[in-house]
Amino acid sequence: MFGLTALELARIQFGFTISFHIIFPAITIGLASYLAVLEGMWLWRKDVVYRELYHFWSTIFAVNFAMGVVSGLVMAYQFGTNWSYFSATAGSITGPLLTYEVLTAFFLEAGFLGVMLFGWNKVGPGLHFFATIMVALGTLISATWILASNSWMQTPQGFEMINGRVVPVDWLKVIFNPSFPYRLAHMTIAAYLATALFVGASAAWHLSRGRATPAIRTMFSMAMWMVLLVAPIQVIVGDAHGLNTLEHQPAKVAALEGHWENTPGESLPLILFGLPDMKAEKTRYAIEIPYLGGLVLTHDINGHIPGLKEFSPEDRPNSAVVFWSFRLMVGLGILMLLLGLWSLYLRGRGGMYGSKAFLRFATLMGPAGLIAILAGWMTTEVGRQPWIVYGVMRTKDAVSNHSAFALSTTLVVFVVMYFAVFGTGVSYMLKLVAKGPDPDGGHHPPQDEGQSSRPARPLSAAPDHIGPAIEAAEHTEA
Amino acid sequence: MGIDLPLIWAIVIGFGIMMYVIMDGFDLGIGILFPFVADREDRDTMVNTVAPVWDGNETWLAFGGAALLAAFPLAYSVILSALYLPLLLMLAGLIWRGVAFEFRFKSDEAHKPFWDKAFAWGSYIATFSQGVALGAFINGFPVVNSAYDGGLFDWLTPFSLFTGLGLLVAYALLGSTWLIMKTEGALQQRMKELAKPVTLVLLCVIVFVSLWTPLAHPAVAERWFSLPDLLFFAPVPILVLLATVAILNRLQRDAHASPFVLALFMLFLGYSGLAISLWPNILPPSVSIWEAAAPPQSMGFTLVGALFIIPFILAYTAWSYYVFRGKVKPGEGYH
Ligand code: HDD
Ligand code: HEM
Ligand code: HEM
Repeated sequence: MFGLTALELARIQFGFTISFHIIFPAITIGLASYLAVLEGMWLWRKDVVYRELYHFWSTIFAVNFAMGVVSGLVMAYQFGTNWSYFSATAGSITGPLLTYEVLTAFFLEAGFLGVMLFGWNKVGPGLHFFATIMVALGTLISATWILASNSWMQTPQGFEMINGRVVPVDWLKVIFNPSFPYRLAHMTIAAYLATALFVGASAAWHLSRGRATPAIRTMFSMAMWMVLLVAPIQVIVGDAHGLNTLEHQPAKVAALEGHWENTPGESLPLILFGLPDMKAEKTRYAIEIPYLGGLVLTHDINGHIPGLKEFSPEDRPNSAVVFWSFRLMVGLGILMLLLGLWSLYLRGRGGMYGSKAFLRFATLMGPAGLIAILAGWMTTEVGRQPWIVYGVMRTKDAVSNHSAFALSTTLVVFVVMYFAVFGTGVSYMLKLVAKGPDPDGGHHPPQDEGQSSRPARPLSAAPDHIGPAIEAAEHTEA
Repeated sequence: MGIDLPLIWAIVIGFGIMMYVIMDGFDLGIGILFPFVADREDRDTMVNTVAPVWDGNETWLAFGGAALLAAFPLAYSVILSALYLPLLLMLAGLIWRGVAFEFRFKSDEAHKPFWDKAFAWGSYIATFSQGVALGAFINGFPVVNSAYDGGLFDWLTPFSLFTGLGLLVAYALLGSTWLIMKTEGALQQRMKELAKPVTLVLLCVIVFVSLWTPLAHPAVAERWFSLPDLLFFAPVPILVLLATVAILNRLQRDAHASPFVLALFMLFLGYSGLAISLWPNILPPSVSIWEAAAPPQSMGFTLVGALFIIPFILAYTAWSYYVFRGKVKPGEGYH
């Protein structure tokens, strides 16, 4: 297809399916913890607003979770279907980690999910809260294992090569490999940020339509606190992550800075914008800030990092891609910082719920977290090329023997199906969001809404549902 | 070390796959039975009987895949690349089935019939591909230099197509007997009517596969008809017959739970028959579990966790079934 090789098609297929997958886990991780907080607040304060919000977000969580599970199942099988040589060589490490993920995380999530979503009136409040916490815990454990596995592929250690096969010798070293703590912190925070932005945007959208119910104000406030506190932490963690990468994968950092060679006696500039050109071995149209590159990357004004030319051409990652994906992520991170600061400023002056410009900004930032996550993974994964296990196994040696024909056929099927299925799912999620928290949700369990007692209730045509929210808004304004 | 890790892992994985087959079997069976139930409310009830547990059931499939990768990476890489197309088809089916669970309640009126169809089609496709994969597995894979050495369509044989259809029947039986246990009234009556012919068809399928397998695979035949293996085998067909008779009998007497238990038993028998036939090969016809095993460091590390955690998993899974015990009433949902 389009003259692409089987290897390129396999990579596109993997990149495509995992990019869809990661969107759902990010929201699952964030919402699960958010729901646990909401339920805890409800049990503690007995304020019905929290129960209303819990039931509202748990319906959306259910839709999201289903999509996360089915898209994740595809991932667990792709290692074998598309990367069989990788599985045969390094399965001795990624396999056990994935198995632990299934055992400690997926079963935990699945086992308590039923009670969490359908058991509001089947078990006592304490037990139900416990189920919610177990689901939230499961999502975090899941992130831990899968990131240990991915980080090991980035910065492998604790193994020996015996007869062309990876043999683990020290599991603690395998799991706690050099990039793991940074990646785990960065990704978990990313999930929380993405969720906070999504929740905040939903609230801002309702607020800008005049629906300032207590529930919507509460969720807006919670989301903005989260963004304010967590965005700066993310920037600091990201910086530390970058320094660690410089130590272990210098070629990646050179590529994402578009940095080709060091001129003796000259400082290292920070390239703000430019077009890295892999053939010409330079970054065209670069707009540079002198000294800043050295300062950011080595925390030393005269510091230097290796340039791409120091690596032989077949070992260089594609700078044109990672240069931009990295800047997209960092740029969005800075916007998130601004959003948080702006919310603090307005909150102090009591205008957070009414400022049109601010509400519009918060709404537009809704998908920013997810976009930054995709851009971040793109940076990490493309920047690790041409290795699948860094310095140990090349991606081209990992791919299964399928023909380009077979791969392009399945790729087309994946693309069509994913857009159809997950596109529809996302649109259902957004419709649920648009409906807003149901003040009735304070009295009725969520399954009333979704699962069957009133299954015939049309979603889009639910003016009677939007009604009470508007009325309530009038009450609060009056 | 003295511990036969590959042997233990083969048993653990065999257990995981069996859990998957019987548990997701009745979920998928419900989708397979959809076309035979027209009423909207009945369909909602059917889905509600499994809504709280289907995700856990499907997790056994993730476990099977992950554990195979951990313990037998060679088998994982060969089987998954050999069965590339049927497995992708299975995943596609599971995607439609899985999201339809949620979407059919959340879509607007006009799209509900579409998601009902997606639920049924997804279940059919997933089940059929699993059956095809099973048949292809029994047929075996050519392995050269530790890699799959066959074509994209090698799995496509009359035998594998037949096992595909056979699995549809098996899951339909699990689904219908599950619903007999979990529902009442007209829906339960309908399931009782369906369960009888399905039981008989399944018996025919099992007989057919049992004849076909040794005829097509001399190695299996040799194993079956030589002493002392014959003695191990002999009880299997007898028990299958007894189970069939018992199911029909219990259905006649309006039993609620026992047909399901007996159907589980029948599937377990079929499964163990297969296991005895293929043992000890993890890549039929020639690669044994010991040849495909991961380094002992991998198997040992994972086994510690597996043996420790699986009992907990079984315990809280059982608790979750206990919470949702009893009949599901139409229109009532879970409260
Ligand atoms: C940072 C988190 C993260 C990342 C990087 C990944 N996943 Fe994921 N995955 C989750 C976080 C997660 C989760 C939060 O645990 C999910 C999302 C929704 C859900 O049900 O669990 C999940 C679901 C999920 C499932 C279904 C579990 C079930 O049956 O309940 C499987 C099999 C996988 N994933 C496998 C993978 C593989 C093989 C990945 C890498 C290639 C991967 N995931 C990346
Ligand atoms: C969840 C977020 C992730 C995203 C968005 C992501 C993205 C990508 C992308 C875009 C590629 C293609 C790179 C290229 O072809 O240049 C890729 C490759 C790959 N990634 Fe990731 N990745 C993620 C997580 C993971 C995890 C957790 C693992 C392992 C456990 C992993 C393992 C791989 C493998 C095996 C490949 C294929 C070989 C390759 O092309 O490098 N990825 N990923
Ligand atoms: C603004 C400051 C930020 C900096 C300096 C930064 C830095 C980095 C660096 C250097 C990497 C690549 C690490 C590697 O490949 O070894 C990375 C990856 C990543 N970033 Fe960021 N980041 C920032 C903001 C964000 C934000 C706001 C998000 C999402 C909300 C995010 C999400 C990710 C993700 C998901 C990855 C891939 C996984 C990983 O390697 O950790 N980042 N980041």
